[in-house]
Amino acid sequence: MKLNKSGNTSIKEPLIRVAKRDKLKWWQNILFYVGAILIALIVGGIFISAIGQNPFSYYAQVIAGNFTNNIYIKHYLEIIVPLLITSLGVSVAFKMKFWNIGGEGQFIMGAIMAATLATVIGDTLPSWLTIIIVLLFGIIGGGLFGAMVAILKVKFNTNETLLTLMLNYVALYLLAYFKNVDFYKQLDVGAFLDFRKLPKNAWLPTIGSGIFTFDITIIFALIMVVLLFFYYNYTKHGYEINVIGDSPNTARYAGMNVKWIIIRTAFLSAGIIGLAGAFHVIGSSANHMLSENITGGVGWTGIIVAWLAKLNPFGILIATGLLGLLQNGSSVAESTMHISSSSADIIQGIILFTVLAMDFFVRFKVIIRKKNKNGENTVEVEENKVVSDNVVTSEISKEEVTE
Amino acid sequence: MKEQNAIELNNITKTFGSVVANDNISLSVRQGEILALLGENGSGKTTLMNMLSGVYKPDSGSIFVNGKQVSIQSPEDSKKLGIGMVHQHFKLVEVLSAADNIWMGVELPPYNLNEKLKVINNIEFDVAKDKNKFLYNLKKVLKDTKEVLACAFYHIKNSFLSKNRNDAIKDMASKFGFEVDPTKFVYDMAVSEKQTIEIIKVLYYGAKIIILDEPTAVLTVQEINKLFSILREMKKQGHSIIIITHKLNEVMDISDRVAILRKGQYITTVNTSETNEKQLTEYMVGHKVDLKIERPEVVHDKPLLEIRDLTINNDEGTTAIKKVNFYIRGGEILGIAGISGCGQKELCEAIAGLRPIVSGEINHKGDSIIGLKPEQIIDKGISMSFIPEDRLGMGLAPSLSITDNMMLKNYNDTPWYNPIVDRKKARQEANKIIKELKIVTTSSETPVRLLSGGNVQKVLVGREIKAGPNVIVTAYPVRGLDINSSYAIYNILNEQKKNGVGILFVGEDLDVMLELCDKILVLCHGKVMGVVHSYKTNKEELGLMMTGSLDLNEIKIDKAFGIAKDTNINKGVNNEVK
Repeated sequence: MKLNKSGNTSIKEPLIRVAKRDKLKWWQNILFYVGAILIALIVGGIFISAIGQNPFSYYAQVIAGNFTNNIYIKHYLEIIVPLLITSLGVSVAFKMKFWNIGGEGQFIMGAIMAATLATVIGDTLPSWLTIIIVLLFGIIGGGLFGAMVAILKVKFNTNETLLTLMLNYVALYLLAYFKNVDFYKQLDVGAFLDFRKLPKNAWLPTIGSGIFTFDITIIFALIMVVLLFFYYNYTKHGYEINVIGDSPNTARYAGMNVKWIIIRTAFLSAGIIGLAGAFHVIGSSANHMLSENITGGVGWTGIIVAWLAKLNPFGILIATGLLGLLQNGSSVAESTMHISSSSADIIQGIILFTVLAMDFFVRFKVIIRKKNKNGENTVEVEENKVVSDNVVTSEISKEEVTE
Repeated sequence: MKEQNAIELNNITKTFGSVVANDNISLSVRQGEILALLGENGSGKTTLMNMLSGVYKPDSGSIFVNGKQVSIQSPEDSKKLGIGMVHQHFKLVEVLSAADNIWMGVELPPYNLNEKLKVINNIEFDVAKDKNKFLYNLKKVLKDTKEVLACAFYHIKNSFLSKNRNDAIKDMASKFGFEVDPTKFVYDMAVSEKQTIEIIKVLYYGAKIIILDEPTAVLTVQEINKLFSILREMKKQGHSIIIITHKLNEVMDISDRVAILRKGQYITTVNTSETNEKQLTEYMVGHKVDLKIERPEVVHDKPLLEIRDLTINNDEGTTAIKKVNFYIRGGEILGIAGISGCGQKELCEAIAGLRPIVSGEINHKGDSIIGLKPEQIIDKGISMSFIPEDRLGMGLAPSLSITDNMMLKNYNDTPWYNPIVDRKKARQEANKIIKELKIVTTSSETPVRLLSGGNVQKVLVGREIKAGPNVIVTAYPVRGLDINSSYAIYNILNEQKKNGVGILFVGEDLDVMLELCDKILVLCHGKVMGVVHSYKTNKEELGLMMTGSLDLNEIKIDKAFGIAKDTNINKGVNNEVK
């Protein structure tokens, strides 16, 4: 190919241009995301060095910190279990493009309902029945909190993002108010103003022994991952959610009861989050009682996890595991290296940012202008190397052909 | 004397990965001519034009505009060169008015502050011989300040929307014969109005070379005629026009020359006056084609679908369909003709149970289907497929695979206590339809949105007939399809007709309807103007009925339309016959 070089200034190729790429193979996708996390760690490392610490020993401390002591392992599980269930719940609504960002509120409502029922039942019923009822009401508490937003959406076409967001604060202040209500508060003379401990009847059974004692929640959480994967991919409900998320008009045309499905799915999403709250409040990790910061921010982190995992339940399991490693390890590093655990939040933010940015490179390829020996401008497609931050993909992909 | 070509493309090649979209294409457009670019779907027409409008860049080859070699890097460059493209999918901001949509992209002539300051400096330099340096410096500073302020004022003034923008746009539009209301919001506009705005937009930006990508795909006969008269007016004023299309009668009607592409290759360019539709088709398809649509004769059964005195409201609550009577027998195709938006969509939706009716009856094999849910109507064997203007809007979920789209209507056929969807069966069906209808795809798991237009419609039609319906309601099934795909769809419909299925065909191309349909019902503003046998009527008569100038109800007052003698409705005696 030759281009006219004779001083025609309007002929020039841009240095970099981007073009769409075809679908990547699954392992190429994984490579991209691993690359994204590596970049995030490098940027985070620069930040760590900037505050005068050795990033390598910090990362070593964060990873190894999780396993140096049984306490830390226990703590790790306590962090990831509520986060895992909440993220799963968030993903249900997101699958339908129902932007439920009210995880915090739904978690709290689930916990409040569970605590209420546990207190009301007290010692009157056998323990296993109490726990089942308590968990059921956790689902109902969280679920209704989400379903009412869906009802408003289908009836009056309100915006679910705003409503779920605002309801978070309703739940939060309701919880703060209950701290002063006799039914919920600690009545022992001389005690600090705090929530009361739930009756022993409603405490979750544990597995393991000694320091390795865990709430049985973790088993339920793992089962839910599998169930949800099944739900998305093999059931009529999952199919309906996919169709509505893609094109509500088509769903209506196919005879689906779109309004009902939206309400049902919102209830399921919020219900799962409420269940996470109920599990948490009757579990040992929350000391079997309500507290004002009972959520630990899982409603927000859950959104990040769901996005990182692209709404895939097994992806959510992995993402939760990694984020939990970071969060727990950083609190260990805080005590040993005196680096604030907030730095974990910063790294978490950087990871999210790079992974989302990597989406760009997954969908587009970068083409760089090359100068060949004759000095003529030519354009070549970089065949084996897509220059996207030290990640190498081995196959050039086709652009989408539009007529 | 050889006139300079407005555009000349030399050996343009463009590849997408391993797919060669344009292979060494050379093409020229003369000044002030209308060039039709003809080719089937996927022949590379749009890709080629997108390289002129700066969306894509050629891998090799050169482009000359008005005799000068250029490199078009972006739509901005193309705009500067006077090339304007009206895309198939409009690019308008819905919440802005027509005028603001156009105004948005208007570029201010740059205010060249540096240039002006230099001029002042030069003057100062000339008189700098004067001794009173202080005075001159002061003068210079004052003048500079004045210029800077003028510049600032210019920008501030232009950052406000000028009040006369509506008039300016209206004036320009009327020059070409457009009728527009510049203050109308885009979301209130019909498709043809949006297209008008797009055309005015490129004209307003000063384009001399205008590319229209399938402009007629979304227009009715009348609107097309209007568009064509405007195009002729533009040509008269010296604009060069490239029109992409695959409707042959339009090519013959409007163009001066025709360039033909086939599978990314340039075939030839011919003068329109020296060719005919048959020859063009052969160029386009590469082999001889029979342009006749067959109309098999089938023994008609009893009426399957009978509609009596049906009245339906549209979304705004006004009457869309008024007291309509008609019936469809098994083994016949009833065409519905009419100007777009005169009740076709509402009628289809009412039959499919998606829209409540005001009054009247819809009977299927003698049973009323009013008030039934959409899925119950599907179970009765009534299938409705409506191809909306954006093709994908209703009937398909674009991000889902062909398999998933296949089971859209029957995923719920298993009993309620079985929560599992049967993808295996759907996959078999998908593969069967891919094979039977020759759908081009890598697998049955490909998302529908990655297929080309014709294949998308084949998926939709394939799903509708696979369920074995006895009534097919299909609206615009060949919208935007090329010749081969259209004929594939006609064949499918005829196949169904032979099997005794009653078909309601809502169409836009009268030529096609005259050949394909047994009877044609003409709607005008929601009223039936008459039902005619298609072998007894002609285009002109239909046209008159569509515009309401001919009402057969008035002529044959003694015979009411749309009520079958051997009706299936057997509840009591029908006294409706006037």
